[in-house]
Amino acid sequence: MNKKQRQMLIRIIISAVMMVALAFIPVQGIMRFGLYLVVYLIIGYDILRKAVGGIIRGQVFDECFLMATATVGAMALAIYERSGDYTEAIAVMLFYQIGELFQSYAVGKSRKNITELMDIRPDYANIERDGKLERVDPDDVAVGSVIVVQPGEKVPLDGVVIEGDSSLNTSALTGESLPRSIQEGDEIISGSINMTGVLKVRTTREFGESTVSKILDLVENASSRKSRSEDFISRFARVYTPAVCIGALLLALLPPVVNTVLGNAAGWEVWIYRALTFLVISCPCALVISIPLSFFAGIGGASNAGVLVKGSNYLETLSKTKVVVFDKTGTLTKGTFEVNGIHHSAIENERIIEYAALAESSSSHPIARSLQREYGKALDRSRVSEVHEISGGGVIAKVDGRTVACGNDKLMRSIGVEPIPCHSVGTIIHVAVDGSYVGHIVISDVLKPHSAEAMKELRKAGIQKIAMLTGDAKRVADDVAESLGIDVVYSELLPSDKVDKVEELLQSKPAKAALAFVGDGINDAPVLSRADIGIAMGALGSDAAIEAADVVLMDDDPLKIAKAIRISRKCLRIVYENIVFAIGVKAICLLLGALGIANMWLAIFADVGVMVIAVLNAIRTLFVKNL
Amino acid sequence: MKKTYGIEVDCANCANKMESAAQKTAGVKSCSVNFMMQRMTVEFEDGADRSSVMENVRHNCKRVESDCEIFI
Repeated sequence: MNKKQRQMLIRIIISAVMMVALAFIPVQGIMRFGLYLVVYLIIGYDILRKAVGGIIRGQVFDECFLMATATVGAMALAIYERSGDYTEAIAVMLFYQIGELFQSYAVGKSRKNITELMDIRPDYANIERDGKLERVDPDDVAVGSVIVVQPGEKVPLDGVVIEGDSSLNTSALTGESLPRSIQEGDEIISGSINMTGVLKVRTTREFGESTVSKILDLVENASSRKSRSEDFISRFARVYTPAVCIGALLLALLPPVVNTVLGNAAGWEVWIYRALTFLVISCPCALVISIPLSFFAGIGGASNAGVLVKGSNYLETLSKTKVVVFDKTGTLTKGTFEVNGIHHSAIENERIIEYAALAESSSSHPIARSLQREYGKALDRSRVSEVHEISGGGVIAKVDGRTVACGNDKLMRSIGVEPIPCHSVGTIIHVAVDGSYVGHIVISDVLKPHSAEAMKELRKAGIQKIAMLTGDAKRVADDVAESLGIDVVYSELLPSDKVDKVEELLQSKPAKAALAFVGDGINDAPVLSRADIGIAMGALGSDAAIEAADVVLMDDDPLKIAKAIRISRKCLRIVYENIVFAIGVKAICLLLGALGIANMWLAIFADVGVMVIAVLNAIRTLFVKNL
Repeated sequence: MKKTYGIEVDCANCANKMESAAQKTAGVKSCSVNFMMQRMTVEFEDGADRSSVMENVRHNCKRVESDCEIFI
C-alpha cells in the first residue's frame, strides 16, 4: 500500500467509526447536522474540491461532480424533509471511497504480480577488473566486453560463452522447466539464469538490443494496443455517463411537472431522490477498469507460459481462431534434415555430396546445412563461383570450374536434364554436373515429438480446420499430413505462393472466424503479417520472428499453440462476463431506482460491489498454469 | 515520431479521458494511454515541437482530470 492509499484507509476508518458513534449520540437539530457534516467532509473533501474544480473547467460529467451532486443533494433533502437522516449521503461517499481504494490497491497489486512474473530484468553485470569482479549497470557494457556470470545470477546480456560450462534455466523466458546445458562456444541468451558453473561470456549485443530488453519492451507495450472490447467499453462509458445524467434530470423534472399539470401532488422530494440515485449509478469506473485489467493479466499470464502476445487486440483475435495454417519445416518438423540415401549415382557418392555441399555453401537453408554436415569437412569457398539461387528450385553454381546444378525436378527440367524419380519419402536433391544427371540425394526431416499431440489439442480447443503449406514435394507433405491428421495440404509452393494460399483460405473461412498462421519466422514474414494472427515459434534469439509475428512462442513446442488459444479464450470469456455483468447490474439498478424500489444504499452497493467482483474476476485471467 | 511518457492517473476512466484530451491537442497525431502500465505513447505530427506540444498535452489532460500527471 502506498502513502496515498494509507491516508485514504485512515480517513475511511475514522469516518466509519464516527458514523457508528453518531448513531448512538442523541443530538438533534443544528448540532446533529454539524457533527454529520464533519464526518462528511472528512471522507469527501477531496471529491468536493475536485467537483468544484471540474465545474470551473466545464467538466460536468466528471465522476467527482456526480458523487458530490448526489451526496450534497441527499443532505439537502434530509434538511428539507427535517428527517435528520444524513447517514445516507455519508454512506454513499464512504462506500465510493472504499471502492476507489480497493480498485487502486487491486490494480497496483496485479501490476506488481505481473511484473514479478516477468522478473527477467537483470540488475547488474559482472566485469572483471584487475582480478576483481565489479558490478556495473548492464546498460554500460559495450559489445564485445567479457562479463562473468556466477551460479544463481541472471545472464544480463546476449553473448557467446568463452569459458566454463553450466546449465541454464530458461523457464522465465520459455516456460520450459528443463534446464539447458551449455558449454564453451555456445550462444547464451539474456534473461536466463545460470545454475551450476561460473561462465565467462563475450557480449554480442548491447543491453537495449538484447533479448531481455526486447521481450520486456514487447510485454510492457502489449496492453497499449487496445482490443475491440476495450474500445467498446470506453466508447460506452463516454455515452453512458451523460445519458444517465440526462435521465436523472428528466426523472427529477418530468414526473413532478406532469403531476402538477394533472392536479396531483407534485412529489418533488420523491423524484429528486430517485434522480440522485441515478447519479450514484452513473459512475462508469467499474466498467472501465475491469477490461484492461483482464487483458493485462491475460498477457502477463501468457508470457509467463512462454507465449508473448503483442497486444490485447491480438489476444482477442486469437480467441476467435477457427483455422490454423502451419508452415511445415521448423514448425511441425524439427527442420534438421539428414541425408538418408544417395541413389542412381553416376559418380562416387562422396563426390555427389561434395559437389552439392559446395554449391549450397552460401545458403543457410536447412537442407543446405544438412548437406554441409554430411560432407563433414571444412568448405573451401574459393572453389565455388557464380552462385545462382533459383527460388523454389535450387541452386546452380560453378564448382572447380564445372557447372553444378542441384535442386528439385523443376530445376532439372529447366536446364534440360531428365531427373530419375525417387521412391523414398523425403526431399530429393537431384544433382547434375555439366548438364548430365549424376544422381539424387534423399534428405528427410523428422517430426517434432509433440506435433501429433498438438493437433489433437487444437481439435479439442475447437479448431475446425488445420492446413499445412510447404515448399516440399507433394509426397513428403502428404506423408507428414497423414501421420498428423491435417485436413488440407498445399505442397511444392514458392514463398510467394504461400501468401496466395493463405489469401484463398482467408476467403473460404467463415466471416467471424480468425485464421492463424504458424511459422518459424524465417522467410515467412509476409505470410505471418497477412494472416489474421501470425504466430512465430522458436523465437528465442530470432529478431525477425519477433518483429513479424503477432504472437511469439519463445520455444518451438507446437503444443503451446493450443495453450495460447486456451489462454486467449479464458481471457475473453472473463472480459465478456465482466461486460455483461457490470452493464446488466447497472441497468437493473437504474430501473429499480426509477421505480423507487432501490434506494441510494442499494445503488452504491451495486456500484462498488460490481466493481469489486469485476476486478476479482479479471484477476482470474492471470492463472493459466493448468490450462 | 513516437515517444512514451510515464504518467500517474488513478482511475481507468480518467485514463481514457486523458487519452481523448491528448488526441485533440494540436501537434499530436495519435495518442494511446496504457492505464495498467501508467504510460502514454504519443505520436507527433511531422515537424511538431515535442516539448511545447507535450506542455499543451499536460495542460489539456489536467483540464479533464486535475489529479493526473505526465512526466515529460
